Amino acid sequence: MALLQLERISAQYPGATEPVLADISLTLGPKQLLVALGPSGSGKTSLLNLIAGFVEPSAGQITLDGTPIKGPGAERGVVFQDDVLLPWQDVLANVGFGLELAGVARQTREARAREMLALVDLAGFEQRRVWQLSGGQKQRVGLARALAADPRVLLMDEPFGALDAFTREQMQELLLQVWQRTAKPVFLITHDIEEAVFLATDLILLAPNPGQIVERLSLDFGQRYGAGESARSIKSDRRFIETREHVLAKVFSQRSATRPQERA
Amino acid sequence: MSSYEIPAVVRDAATKPTASGLRPDLSTRWISGLTLIALLAIWWAVTASGLIEPLFLPSPSAVLEKGWLLATRGYMDSTLWQHLAASLERIGLGLLFAVLTAVPVGIAIGANRIARGVLDPLIEFYRPIPPLAYLPLIVIWCGIGELSKVLLIYLAIFAPIAIATATGVRTVDRAKLRAAQSLGATRTQLIRHVIVPSALPDILTGIRIGLGVGWSTLVAAELIAATSGLGFMVQSAAQFLVTDVVMLGILVIALIAFAMEMGLRALQRKLVPWHGQTH
Repeated sequence: MALLQLERISAQYPGATEPVLADISLTLGPKQLLVALGPSGSGKTSLLNLIAGFVEPSAGQITLDGTPIKGPGAERGVVFQDDVLLPWQDVLANVGFGLELAGVARQTREARAREMLALVDLAGFEQRRVWQLSGGQKQRVGLARALAADPRVLLMDEPFGALDAFTREQMQELLLQVWQRTAKPVFLITHDIEEAVFLATDLILLAPNPGQIVERLSLDFGQRYGAGESARSIKSDRRFIETREHVLAKVFSQRSATRPQERA
Repeated sequence: MSSYEIPAVVRDAATKPTASGLRPDLSTRWISGLTLIALLAIWWAVTASGLIEPLFLPSPSAVLEKGWLLATRGYMDSTLWQHLAASLERIGLGLLFAVLTAVPVGIAIGANRIARGVLDPLIEFYRPIPPLAYLPLIVIWCGIGELSKVLLIYLAIFAPIAIATATGVRTVDRAKLRAAQSLGATRTQLIRHVIVPSALPDILTGIRIGLGVGWSTLVAAELIAATSGLGFMVQSAAQFLVTDVVMLGILVIALIAFAMEMGLRALQRKLVPWHGQTH
């Protein structure tokens, strides 16, 4: 049973001749971590913005639990690439912000915020100011803030894209741990192939001009991490490398296919 | 403003940042202090040597003495404190009403297309006019009493605050708005929880600029039409060539302006500590 359903979605910016996304259909159910992978221009950010409700599709329908979505809403939590925390609040208030908006009493929301901070390994950071945090810590607060509002699905917009390679590896592992504990369906977009293959239970590969799905894979590397295997051992595993190279080859074959069009 | 910001930038390249991160280098302060001391020394030297007649430039001690007299006995039926109080009351009232009205107006201009269409040209029309140019009209309409002076200062302060607020509202980070929306924020909640706090640094800058303009406008207005206040005190003393009172009045006016600027900077540090932080 699908929770989030996209049926034949197309999207076009006003004034543009080419659509950014054409005829996208996909479903996201419980226990799924769906990763949309694609080069820049493949429309993956547009896809996330559509699901989040920041923009509207030009054709097709998006439903959550069978109800068409309309505009942004708290049932679809978003983790952004950049730091979008509120600097006038401390970390605890930032994490509890969604609950504050919903009118939850202070004690309840602070208890919940503390719980979420512990979940992302930031216990003890409650009173810190946002500008005192590192890039990775800010993203963890962003994740805790999205989770605290208890959304039906979690949307992640290149959440580790701005982080250095070491922090990114740690954050990938943290995300898998959090995902397993909270059992939230996750839709994540990235341009990092290794990240996509490592995290995804389901991977879709997007190609540009116009953005479309050119490959769908079901993967289990994240589950193997959950079963106790170390991230490094998974990522150096032969099957992981083969999958990664397969996806990479697919990306490049799509690129060379579109090149003559670009020249024309 | 700039005299403050430039040292703060230079400090980044210097070796020792200070604890608060907002104060210029100690060495810069020393240079400024020495300049002041040198200026006072020259003043004292030229008056003590009899180089300049006291009518044109009274000695520092004479001005101080007069200050004591003014504070205890007064000039033109009022003590220095009463003149000061009259001026501060006018600017206080003008500032209070300006903040109460300009901030909501600025938010409306920044957030609403129709409000921008209506209010923006009105503000842009009167803002470049020197307040003293429309003072005569205000006097015709409202008489020569307190109302016309408070109204004049109010108008002088209103425009900078409204424009700064509108700019702050318009430049709110769109990603922050989206983040709040995807946490369930309504339009009213967006204004209260995201837009106003985001615009607060700009609002405070607007108040700083407005207060500076308001203070110089007030003193100028009191020179023309008043029976009390620092500007009036300076003007009437000048008519009788009481140079020491004139100098004292100017010093007090400068000190008040300086104190207001410092007070607002302290307020800015306290209210918007995130401003200027890398985040």
